[in-house]
Amino acid sequence: MNTPVPYGTPSHDVGAREPGAEPLAGRQVALIDLLDRLLAGGVVLTGDLTLCIADVELVRVSLRALITSVEAAMPAALPD
Amino acid sequence: MTGSERPEPPPGASSVYTYAVMLPSPGHEARAGGLRGVAGRRVRLVDASGLVVAVSDVPAEEFTEDALKRRLEDLDWLERVARAHNAVVEALSAEAVVLPLRLATVHFDDDSLRVHMAEQRCAFAELLARLDGHVEWGVKVYATGGSEAPPAPGPEAPGAGPGRAYLQRRRQQRRSREGAWEAAAGLGERIDRELAGVVADRRHHRPQSGQLSQGPGQNVVNAAYLVPRDRAEEFRARVEELAAGTAGVRVEVTGPWAPYSFAVPPEPAGSPSAGGAGGAAGESGAPYGGGAVEAGPR
Repeated sequence: MNTPVPYGTPSHDVGAREPGAEPLAGRQVALIDLLDRLLAGGVVLTGDLTLCIADVELVRVSLRALITSVEAAMPAALPD
Repeated sequence: MTGSERPEPPPGASSVYTYAVMLPSPGHEARAGGLRGVAGRRVRLVDASGLVVAVSDVPAEEFTEDALKRRLEDLDWLERVARAHNAVVEALSAEAVVLPLRLATVHFDDDSLRVHMAEQRCAFAELLARLDGHVEWGVKVYATGGSEAPPAPGPEAPGAGPGRAYLQRRRQQRRSREGAWEAAAGLGERIDRELAGVVADRRHHRPQSGQLSQGPGQNVVNAAYLVPRDRAEEFRARVEELAAGTAGVRVEVTGPWAPYSFAVPPEPAGSPSAGGAGGAAGESGAPYGGGAVEAGPR
C-alpha cells in the first residue's frame, strides 16, 4: 500500500533528520497551521497525583509537570 | 489545586520534553535513534505503562513556567520549537500512527512522566487504536470574491449622478463579498456532505486571521479531517474537484498531518466555543458531532 509522502514535514528544519539523510520532499508548513494543531490540538498530558490509579504504586516525589498554551498557563501542582 | 513554587533549576539541569505517545514497535527504536528535536536535543524513548513516549532532555531553565510564559510570546522561539516538535512527530509517524502531544509538555523526569502516563494509559491506548491507519488533512476555504477591484461601472439609472453610481458599485461589492463568504461556507458544508463516506471524523479550528495568516481572501472555514491513509489521496482529489466547481473561493489543503486535531475530544455542538464557518453554522447537521478545537480550560 502506498502511504502518502508526509509533505507536512518541512524540508529544511533545524529538525529531526540525521545528518546525511536525504532531504524530504515538500514545501514549508505554514506556522499558523502548525500552531492551530500544536497549541489547540495534541493530547494534554497532565496528572493529578491524588487520583487513585489502579495497579500503579505512587511514589512520593516532588515534581512539577508543565502544560501551557498561549492562552493560558496552567501549572499542575504536585504534592511535595 | 495550588501552585507550589519550585526553586529555579540548577544550571545544567534538564527537563523531559514530550513529543508523542506510541505503541511499542521495533521500528520506533530505529527511527528515534539519530533524531534530534527541540533545542537540537536527541530524541529517546521512554517505556510507560505499556506505551512508549518520545522525549528529549531539554535545558530545564528554558522550560520553567516563567521562561515559557515569556518565550511563548516570542514568535521566533515558538516557531523553532513548533517545527522541531512536528518534525519529530512526523518522523515517528512513518512507522505507524502516533499520538502527538500538545506543544511544551514538560516533565521533571522520567518517573514523573511515567506517573502521568499511568493515569491516562487507557485513554491513550484507546485513542491510538481509533486513530490507527488514519491521517489528518487540513482544509481551509477562503472567500476571495468581492475583494478584487470594483467592477466597471454598469449602465446607470437615467439621471443618476456620479455619487449614486459610486454607491451602487460599493453595494455591488459588498454583496459580492457576502456572496463569496456564503460560497465559502457552503463549500465547507458540501465537502462534509459529499465526503462523509470517506471521512472518519472532522473538527473545526478557528478561522485564521491576523499577522500569521496568509491570503488572499478571508478564511471562512478552517477544518481538519481524519481520513484513512489509503483514501487520503482520494479525499484530497475530491476536495480540489469540489473547490474547482465553486466561484469566488480559494481552497488550501494541508497535510497529511499526524492527527493532532483528533487527539482532543470534540466540543459539544452549540457551545459558544464551537467553531466552524464564523460561528455555529458548521455544526448543524454535522455528521460526526465534531466541533471546534479550542485551547480552553481543562
